[in-house]
Amino acid sequence: MEVPILRQGQYLIASIQSALTDADLSHLREALIAQVGRSRCRGVIVDVTALDVMDSFAVRTLRDIAHMARLRGAETVIVGIQPDVAFAMVQLGLTLKGVATVLDLEEGLAFLNRRDEERLLETRPKRFGDRG
Amino acid sequence: MANKNPSTSISPRAPEPPALSESAAGLLRELVAHLRQNRTQLREEWARRITRAELLTAMTEEEIFAEATAVYDNYVEALETGTFEALQAYSRRLSERIIPRGVETDEVVGIVLLLRDVLARSLFTKYQDNVDKLNRILDSYEPAANRIANTVAVGFVEERERIIRQQQEAIRELSTPVLQVRERLLILPIIGVMDPQRARQLTEQLLRAIRANRAKVVVIDVTGVAAMDSGVANHLVQTVEASRLLGATCIVTGLSPEIAQTLVTIGVDLSEMATVGDLQGGIEEAERLLADRSVLPAPREPGTDTSR
Repeated sequence: MEVPILRQGQYLIASIQSALTDADLSHLREALIAQVGRSRCRGVIVDVTALDVMDSFAVRTLRDIAHMARLRGAETVIVGIQPDVAFAMVQLGLTLKGVATVLDLEEGLAFLNRRDEERLLETRPKRFGDRG
Repeated sequence: MANKNPSTSISPRAPEPPALSESAAGLLRELVAHLRQNRTQLREEWARRITRAELLTAMTEEEIFAEATAVYDNYVEALETGTFEALQAYSRRLSERIIPRGVETDEVVGIVLLLRDVLARSLFTKYQDNVDKLNRILDSYEPAANRIANTVAVGFVEERERIIRQQQEAIRELSTPVLQVRERLLILPIIGVMDPQRARQLTEQLLRAIRANRAKVVVIDVTGVAAMDSGVANHLVQTVEASRLLGATCIVTGLSPEIAQTLVTIGVDLSEMATVGDLQGGIEEAERLLADRSVLPAPREPGTDTSR
Protein backbone atom coordinates (compact mmCIF):
# COMPACT_ATOMS: atom_id res chain seq x y z
CA MET A 1 0.00 0.00 0.00
CA GLU A 2 1.31 3.40 -1.03
CA VAL A 3 1.83 5.96 1.73
CA PRO A 4 0.84 9.45 0.59
CA ILE A 5 3.57 12.04 1.03
CA LEU A 6 2.20 15.56 1.32
CA ARG A 7 4.11 18.74 1.10
CA GLN A 8 3.32 21.43 3.66
CA GLY A 9 5.47 24.53 3.33
CA GLN A 10 9.02 23.43 3.90
CA TYR A 11 8.04 20.08 5.35
CA LEU A 12 7.06 16.69 4.03
CA ILE A 13 4.32 14.80 5.81
CA ALA A 14 4.01 11.02 5.37
CA SER A 15 0.83 9.79 6.94
CA ILE A 16 0.71 6.01 7.38
CA GLN A 17 -2.92 4.93 7.10
CA SER A 18 -2.77 1.19 7.70
CA ALA A 19 -0.44 -1.61 8.60
CA LEU A 20 2.47 -1.78 6.20
CA THR A 21 4.47 -4.71 4.92
CA ASP A 22 8.24 -4.59 5.05
CA ALA A 23 8.30 -3.87 1.32
CA ASP A 24 5.90 -0.95 1.79
CA LEU A 25 8.13 0.42 4.50
CA SER A 26 11.25 0.19 2.37
CA HIS A 27 9.38 1.86 -0.44
CA LEU A 28 8.29 4.68 1.88
CA ARG A 29 11.87 5.15 2.99
CA GLU A 30 13.17 5.45 -0.55
CA ALA A 31 10.35 7.74 -1.65
CA LEU A 32 10.85 10.05 1.32
CA ILE A 33 14.58 10.30 0.99
CA ALA A 34 14.30 10.99 -2.73
CA GLN A 35 11.74 13.72 -2.16
CA VAL A 36 13.71 15.38 0.61
CA GLY A 37 16.41 16.26 -1.87
CA ARG A 38 14.11 17.03 -4.75
CA SER A 39 11.96 19.51 -2.91
CA ARG A 40 14.78 20.90 -0.73
CA CYS A 41 12.59 20.60 2.37
CA ARG A 42 13.75 21.20 5.91
CA GLY A 43 11.74 18.69 7.81
CA VAL A 44 9.97 15.35 7.60
CA ILE A 45 7.00 14.26 9.68
CA VAL A 46 6.01 10.60 9.75
CA ASP A 47 2.56 10.15 11.26
CA VAL A 48 2.02 6.67 12.73
CA THR A 49 -1.24 7.40 14.57
CA ALA A 50 -3.03 4.63 12.70
CA LEU A 51 -0.52 1.92 13.61
CA ASP A 52 -1.53 -0.53 16.35
CA VAL A 53 1.71 -2.48 16.24
CA MET A 54 5.25 -1.52 15.50
CA ASP A 55 7.72 -4.31 14.86
CA SER A 56 11.48 -4.11 14.84
CA PHE A 57 11.64 -3.64 11.09
CA ALA A 58 9.23 -0.71 11.20
CA VAL A 59 11.18 0.90 14.03
CA ARG A 60 14.46 0.39 12.22
CA THR A 61 13.03 1.86 9.03
CA LEU A 62 11.78 4.93 10.90
CA ARG A 63 15.21 5.36 12.45
CA ASP A 64 16.88 4.96 9.07
CA ILE A 65 14.56 7.55 7.56
CA ALA A 66 15.50 9.99 10.31
CA HIS A 67 19.22 9.42 9.88
CA MET A 68 19.11 9.50 6.08
CA ALA A 69 16.97 12.63 5.98
CA ARG A 70 19.41 14.21 8.40
CA LEU A 71 22.24 13.54 5.95
CA ARG A 72 20.17 15.22 3.25
CA GLY A 73 19.53 18.29 5.39
CA ALA A 74 16.14 17.65 6.94
CA GLU A 75 15.03 17.00 10.51
CA THR A 76 12.65 14.09 11.05
CA VAL A 77 10.03 13.76 13.73
CA ILE A 78 7.79 10.76 14.37
CA VAL A 79 4.30 11.70 15.54
CA GLY A 80 1.28 9.89 16.90
CA ILE A 81 2.75 6.80 18.58
CA GLN A 82 -0.06 5.27 20.64
CA PRO A 83 0.51 4.75 24.38
CA ASP A 84 0.12 0.97 24.11
CA VAL A 85 2.43 0.85 21.12
CA ALA A 86 4.97 3.01 22.94
CA PHE A 87 5.07 0.69 25.91
CA ALA A 88 5.23 -2.42 23.78
CA MET A 89 8.13 -0.87 21.89
CA VAL A 90 10.22 -0.12 24.97
CA GLN A 91 9.55 -3.59 26.30
CA LEU A 92 10.99 -4.98 23.09
CA GLY A 93 13.91 -2.58 23.42
CA LEU A 94 12.85 -0.57 20.36
CA THR A 95 13.29 2.89 21.77
CA LEU A 96 13.98 4.96 18.64
CA LYS A 97 17.03 6.47 20.33
CA GLY A 98 18.17 9.67 18.74
CA VAL A 99 14.94 10.16 16.84
CA ALA A 100 12.59 12.96 17.82
CA THR A 101 9.09 11.83 18.73
CA VAL A 102 6.14 14.00 19.70
CA LEU A 103 2.50 13.53 20.48
CA ASP A 104 0.75 14.44 17.25
CA LEU A 105 0.96 16.27 13.94
CA GLU A 106 0.44 19.69 15.47
CA GLU A 107 3.27 19.15 17.94
CA GLY A 108 5.39 17.82 15.10
CA LEU A 109 4.95 20.99 13.07
CA ALA A 110 5.68 23.10 16.16
CA PHE A 111 8.80 21.03 16.81
CA LEU A 112 10.12 21.55 13.27
CA ASN A 113 9.34 25.26 13.36
CA ARG A 114 11.25 25.56 16.60
CA ARG A 115 14.14 23.61 15.12
CA ASP A 116 14.25 25.98 12.17
CA GLU A 117 14.37 29.02 14.39
CA GLU A 118 17.15 27.49 16.43
CA ARG A 119 19.01 26.75 13.26
CA LEU A 120 18.76 30.36 12.20
CA LEU A 121 19.96 31.58 15.59
CA GLU A 122 22.87 29.22 15.92
CA THR A 123 25.78 28.90 13.60
CA ARG A 124 27.02 25.76 15.32
CA PRO A 125 25.15 22.72 14.05
CA LYS A 126 23.25 21.00 16.82
CA ARG A 127 23.85 17.38 17.64
CA PHE A 128 21.16 15.26 16.15
CA GLY A 129 18.45 14.22 18.52
CA ASP A 130 19.35 16.87 21.06
CA ARG A 131 16.00 18.26 21.95
CA GLY A 132 17.15 20.52 24.83
CA MET B 1 -29.26 -51.13 64.42
CA ALA B 2 -29.22 -51.50 68.14
CA ASN B 3 -31.61 -49.38 70.04
CA LYS B 4 -29.51 -46.64 71.50
CA ASN B 5 -30.23 -44.57 74.51
CA PRO B 6 -27.83 -41.68 74.25
CA SER B 7 -29.43 -39.55 76.92
CA THR B 8 -27.75 -41.45 79.72
CA SER B 9 -24.41 -39.96 80.49
CA ILE B 10 -23.06 -43.24 81.83
CA SER B 11 -22.99 -45.87 79.17
CA PRO B 12 -25.00 -49.02 79.80
CA ARG B 13 -23.20 -52.10 80.87
CA ALA B 14 -24.45 -54.16 77.96
CA PRO B 15 -21.54 -55.54 75.91
CA GLU B 16 -23.52 -55.19 72.65
CA PRO B 17 -21.98 -57.87 70.46
CA PRO B 18 -23.76 -56.69 67.27
CA ALA B 19 -21.90 -53.41 67.58
CA LEU B 20 -18.89 -55.10 66.05
CA SER B 21 -20.68 -55.42 62.76
CA GLU B 22 -22.07 -51.92 62.83
CA SER B 23 -21.08 -49.87 59.84
CA ALA B 24 -19.22 -46.59 60.12
CA ALA B 25 -22.36 -44.87 58.90
CA GLY B 26 -24.31 -46.43 61.72
CA LEU B 27 -21.77 -45.24 64.25
CA LEU B 28 -21.85 -41.77 62.81
CA ARG B 29 -25.63 -41.76 63.05
CA GLU B 30 -25.38 -42.79 66.66
CA LEU B 31 -22.88 -40.04 67.27
CA VAL B 32 -25.08 -37.43 65.65
CA ALA B 33 -28.02 -38.54 67.75
CA HIS B 34 -25.86 -38.16 70.84
CA LEU B 35 -24.78 -34.67 69.84
CA ARG B 36 -28.37 -33.64 69.11
CA GLN B 37 -29.53 -34.98 72.44
CA ASN B 38 -26.93 -33.06 74.40
CA ARG B 39 -27.04 -29.99 72.25
CA THR B 40 -27.83 -27.46 74.99
CA GLN B 41 -25.31 -28.79 77.43
CA LEU B 42 -22.42 -29.22 74.98
CA ARG B 43 -23.06 -25.89 73.37
CA GLU B 44 -22.91 -24.14 76.72
CA GLU B 45 -19.81 -26.03 77.68
CA TRP B 46 -18.21 -24.95 74.43
CA ALA B 47 -19.16 -21.29 74.83
CA ARG B 48 -17.82 -21.41 78.40
CA ARG B 49 -14.52 -22.80 77.26
CA ILE B 50 -14.26 -20.20 74.49
CA THR B 51 -14.67 -17.46 77.08
CA ARG B 52 -12.25 -19.13 79.48
CA ALA B 53 -9.61 -19.47 76.77
CA GLU B 54 -10.10 -15.76 76.06
CA LEU B 55 -10.83 -16.36 72.42
CA LEU B 56 -13.11 -14.06 70.41
CA THR B 57 -12.51 -11.25 72.88
CA ALA B 58 -13.82 -8.82 70.29
CA MET B 59 -17.32 -10.26 70.72
CA THR B 60 -19.79 -10.14 73.61
CA GLU B 61 -20.81 -13.31 75.43
CA GLU B 62 -24.26 -13.27 73.87
CA GLU B 63 -22.77 -13.03 70.42
CA ILE B 64 -20.36 -15.84 71.14
CA PHE B 65 -23.26 -17.97 72.31
CA ALA B 66 -25.37 -17.16 69.25
CA GLU B 67 -22.52 -17.95 66.88
CA ALA B 68 -21.61 -21.04 68.89
CA THR B 69 -25.17 -22.33 68.47
CA ALA B 70 -25.09 -21.77 64.73
CA VAL B 71 -21.65 -23.33 64.34
CA TYR B 72 -22.69 -26.26 66.51
CA ASP B 73 -25.77 -26.98 64.41
CA ASN B 74 -23.86 -26.67 61.17
CA TYR B 75 -21.17 -28.87 62.61
CA VAL B 76 -23.60 -31.63 63.52
CA GLU B 77 -25.28 -31.34 60.18
CA ALA B 78 -21.98 -31.68 58.37
CA LEU B 79 -21.21 -34.76 60.47
CA GLU B 80 -24.58 -36.22 59.63
CA THR B 81 -24.77 -35.57 55.93
CA GLY B 82 -21.08 -35.76 55.15
CA THR B 83 -21.50 -32.72 52.88
CA PHE B 84 -19.63 -29.57 53.65
CA GLU B 85 -21.25 -27.05 51.32
CA ALA B 86 -23.61 -25.65 53.95
CA LEU B 87 -20.81 -25.44 56.47
CA GLN B 88 -18.54 -23.78 53.91
CA ALA B 89 -21.17 -21.20 53.11
CA TYR B 90 -21.81 -20.62 56.77
CA SER B 91 -18.14 -20.23 57.65
CA ARG B 92 -17.80 -17.75 54.81
CA ARG B 93 -20.68 -15.69 56.12
CA LEU B 94 -19.34 -15.98 59.65
CA SER B 95 -15.94 -14.79 58.48
CA GLU B 96 -17.51 -11.85 56.70
CA ARG B 97 -19.17 -10.87 59.96
CA ILE B 98 -16.26 -11.35 62.31
CA ILE B 99 -13.22 -10.33 60.27
CA PRO B 100 -14.07 -6.63 60.35
CA ARG B 101 -14.23 -6.92 64.15
CA GLY B 102 -10.64 -8.01 64.33
CA VAL B 103 -11.01 -11.73 64.91
CA GLU B 104 -7.74 -13.49 64.15
CA THR B 105 -7.09 -16.76 62.36
CA ASP B 106 -5.76 -18.47 65.50
CA GLU B 107 -8.98 -17.64 67.33
CA VAL B 108 -11.12 -19.25 64.67
CA VAL B 109 -8.92 -22.32 64.50
CA GLY B 110 -8.89 -22.30 68.31
CA ILE B 111 -12.67 -22.36 68.71
CA VAL B 112 -13.14 -25.08 66.14
CA LEU B 113 -10.51 -27.21 67.87
CA LEU B 114 -12.20 -26.48 71.20
CA LEU B 115 -15.49 -27.72 69.84
CA ARG B 116 -13.79 -30.84 68.59
CA ASP B 117 -12.31 -31.27 72.04
CA VAL B 118 -15.61 -30.72 73.86
CA LEU B 119 -17.42 -33.23 71.68
CA ALA B 120 -14.65 -35.79 71.95
CA ARG B 121 -14.74 -35.49 75.73
CA SER B 122 -18.46 -36.06 75.81
CA LEU B 123 -17.87 -39.18 73.76
CA PHE B 124 -15.20 -40.35 76.18
CA THR B 125 -17.64 -39.88 79.04
CA LYS B 126 -20.40 -41.69 77.22
CA TYR B 127 -18.39 -44.69 76.14
CA GLN B 128 -15.85 -44.85 78.91
CA ASP B 129 -16.90 -48.36 79.81
CA ASN B 130 -16.70 -49.66 76.30
CA VAL B 131 -13.26 -48.84 74.98
CA ASP B 132 -13.71 -50.88 71.86
CA LYS B 133 -16.82 -48.99 70.85
CA LEU B 134 -15.25 -45.71 71.85
CA ASN B 135 -12.41 -46.45 69.50
CA ARG B 136 -14.72 -47.19 66.63
CA ILE B 137 -16.83 -44.12 67.32
CA LEU B 138 -13.68 -42.01 67.36
CA ASP B 139 -12.57 -43.67 64.14
CA SER B 140 -15.61 -42.31 62.37
CA TYR B 141 -15.76 -39.06 64.30
CA GLU B 142 -12.20 -37.85 63.96
CA PRO B 143 -11.78 -37.78 60.18
CA ALA B 144 -15.07 -35.94 59.84
CA ALA B 145 -14.20 -33.56 62.66
CA ASN B 146 -10.80 -32.86 61.20
CA ARG B 147 -12.33 -32.13 57.86
CA ILE B 148 -14.82 -29.78 59.45
CA ALA B 149 -12.09 -27.94 61.34
CA ASN B 150 -10.19 -27.74 58.10
CA THR B 151 -13.18 -26.41 56.18
CA VAL B 152 -13.92 -23.68 58.69
CA ALA B 153 -10.32 -22.58 59.00
CA VAL B 154 -9.79 -22.58 55.24
CA GLY B 155 -13.05 -20.68 54.77
CA PHE B 156 -11.87 -18.07 57.21
CA VAL B 157 -8.45 -17.72 55.63
CA GLU B 158 -9.92 -17.54 52.14
CA GLU B 159 -12.26 -14.81 53.22
CA ARG B 160 -9.39 -12.91 54.76
CA GLU B 161 -7.36 -13.25 51.61
CA ARG B 162 -10.29 -12.09 49.54
CA ILE B 163 -10.59 -8.99 51.72
CA ILE B 164 -6.87 -8.37 51.50
CA ARG B 165 -6.97 -8.65 47.72
CA GLN B 166 -9.91 -6.29 47.59
CA GLN B 167 -8.10 -3.77 49.74
CA GLN B 168 -4.93 -4.05 47.70
CA GLU B 169 -6.98 -3.30 44.63
CA ALA B 170 -8.53 -0.29 46.32
CA ILE B 171 -5.15 0.98 47.48
CA ARG B 172 -3.77 0.52 44.00
CA GLU B 173 -6.48 2.60 42.46
CA LEU B 174 -6.21 5.26 45.11
CA SER B 175 -2.49 5.60 45.06
CA THR B 176 -1.76 6.29 41.42
CA PRO B 177 -3.13 9.71 40.62
CA VAL B 178 -1.73 11.58 37.66
CA LEU B 179 -2.04 15.28 38.44
CA GLN B 180 -1.82 18.23 36.15
CA VAL B 181 0.07 21.08 37.81
CA ARG B 182 -0.29 23.48 34.95
CA GLU B 183 -0.65 23.41 31.20
CA ARG B 184 1.48 20.56 29.81
CA LEU B 185 3.04 19.60 33.15
CA LEU B 186 1.99 16.44 34.99
CA ILE B 187 3.09 15.06 38.33
CA LEU B 188 2.97 11.40 39.16
CA PRO B 189 3.54 10.90 42.88
CA ILE B 190 4.23 7.26 43.62
CA ILE B 191 3.56 6.16 47.17
CA GLY B 192 3.93 2.73 48.71
CA VAL B 193 5.16 -0.59 47.47
CA MET B 194 5.88 -0.96 43.78
CA ASP B 195 5.17 -4.43 42.47
CA PRO B 196 5.25 -5.36 38.79
CA GLN B 197 1.49 -5.26 38.45
CA ARG B 198 1.20 -1.82 39.98
CA ALA B 199 4.14 -0.52 37.99
CA ARG B 200 2.45 -1.69 34.82
CA GLN B 201 -0.84 -0.06 35.75
CA LEU B 202 0.95 3.13 36.62
CA THR B 203 2.64 3.25 33.25
CA GLU B 204 -0.62 2.76 31.41
CA GLN B 205 -2.26 5.55 33.39
CA LEU B 206 0.65 7.88 32.82
CA LEU B 207 0.84 7.29 29.07
CA ARG B 208 -2.88 7.81 28.72
CA ALA B 209 -2.71 11.00 30.78
CA ILE B 210 0.16 12.32 28.68
CA ARG B 211 -1.97 12.02 25.58
CA ALA B 212 -5.16 13.30 27.18
CA ASN B 213 -3.47 16.37 28.70
CA ARG B 214 -0.99 16.87 25.86
CA ALA B 215 1.74 16.92 28.46
CA LYS B 216 5.27 17.95 27.58
CA VAL B 217 6.95 17.31 30.90
CA VAL B 218 6.19 14.74 33.59
CA VAL B 219 7.66 14.81 37.08
CA ILE B 220 7.67 11.32 38.60
CA ASP B 221 8.10 11.64 42.33
CA VAL B 222 9.22 8.49 44.14
CA THR B 223 9.75 10.03 47.59
CA GLY B 224 7.07 7.71 48.94
CA VAL B 225 8.64 4.54 47.61
CA ALA B 226 10.53 2.67 50.28
CA ALA B 227 12.35 0.15 48.16
CA MET B 228 12.86 -0.69 44.54
CA ASP B 229 14.14 -3.86 42.94
CA SER B 230 15.75 -4.17 39.55
CA GLY B 231 12.49 -5.20 37.88
CA VAL B 232 10.67 -2.11 39.04
CA ALA B 233 13.65 0.13 38.29
CA ASN B 234 13.82 -1.21 34.76
CA HIS B 235 10.12 -0.64 34.46
CA LEU B 236 10.66 2.97 35.49
CA VAL B 237 13.29 3.35 32.78
CA GLN B 238 10.87 1.85 30.26
CA THR B 239 8.15 4.24 31.37
CA VAL B 240 10.48 7.17 30.83
CA GLU B 241 11.36 5.91 27.36
CA ALA B 242 7.74 5.26 26.42
CA SER B 243 6.86 8.77 27.57
CA ARG B 244 9.54 10.15 25.31
CA LEU B 245 7.98 8.30 22.37
CA LEU B 246 4.83 10.28 23.12
CA GLY B 247 6.87 13.46 23.14
CA ALA B 248 7.01 14.00 26.89
CA THR B 249 10.17 14.47 28.95
CA CYS B 250 10.27 12.73 32.33
CA ILE B 251 12.04 14.00 35.41
CA VAL B 252 12.38 11.56 38.30
CA THR B 253 12.59 13.11 41.75
CA GLY B 254 12.95 11.98 45.33
CA LEU B 255 15.13 8.90 44.89
CA SER B 256 16.04 8.04 48.47
CA PRO B 257 19.67 7.30 49.44
CA GLU B 258 18.75 3.62 49.91
CA ILE B 259 17.16 3.34 46.49
CA ALA B 260 20.02 5.22 44.88
CA GLN B 261 22.46 2.78 46.47
CA THR B 262 20.42 -0.23 45.46
CA LEU B 263 20.11 0.93 41.88
CA VAL B 264 23.79 1.63 41.51
CA THR B 265 24.71 -1.65 43.20
CA ILE B 266 22.46 -3.77 41.02
CA GLY B 267 23.61 -1.85 38.01
CA VAL B 268 20.40 -0.47 36.55
CA ASP B 269 21.27 2.02 33.85
CA LEU B 270 19.62 5.28 34.78
CA SER B 271 21.91 7.46 32.70
CA GLU B 272 19.13 8.18 30.23
CA MET B 273 16.91 9.49 32.98
CA ALA B 274 16.78 13.06 34.22
CA THR B 275 16.79 13.01 38.00
CA VAL B 276 16.43 15.87 40.44
CA GLY B 277 16.73 15.70 44.23
CA ASP B 278 13.26 16.60 45.38
CA LEU B 279 9.83 17.38 44.01
CA GLN B 280 10.32 21.13 44.32
CA GLY B 281 13.50 20.99 42.30
CA GLY B 282 11.79 18.74 39.79
CA ILE B 283 8.95 21.17 39.24
CA GLU B 284 11.38 24.07 38.90
CA GLU B 285 13.33 22.11 36.32
CA ALA B 286 10.11 21.27 34.52
CA GLU B 287 9.04 24.91 34.44
CA ARG B 288 12.40 25.76 32.97
CA LEU B 289 12.00 23.12 30.26
CA LEU B 290 8.54 24.39 29.46
CA ALA B 291 9.72 28.00 29.32
CA ASP B 292 12.50 26.93 26.95
CA ARG B 293 9.94 25.79 24.46
CA SER B 294 8.92 29.36 23.95
CA VAL B 295 7.26 28.67 20.65
CA LEU B 296 4.83 26.06 21.91
CA PRO B 297 1.61 26.01 19.94
CA ALA B 298 -1.27 27.60 21.75
CA PRO B 299 -2.91 25.09 24.06
CA ARG B 300 -6.05 23.73 22.49
CA GLU B 301 -9.50 23.47 23.93
CA PRO B 302 -10.26 20.03 25.28
CA GLY B 303 -12.22 17.89 22.87
CA THR B 304 -10.43 19.03 19.76
CA ASP B 305 -7.77 16.37 20.08
CA THR B 306 -7.16 14.95 16.65
CA SER B 307 -5.24 11.95 17.89
CA ARG B 308 -7.19 8.81 18.55
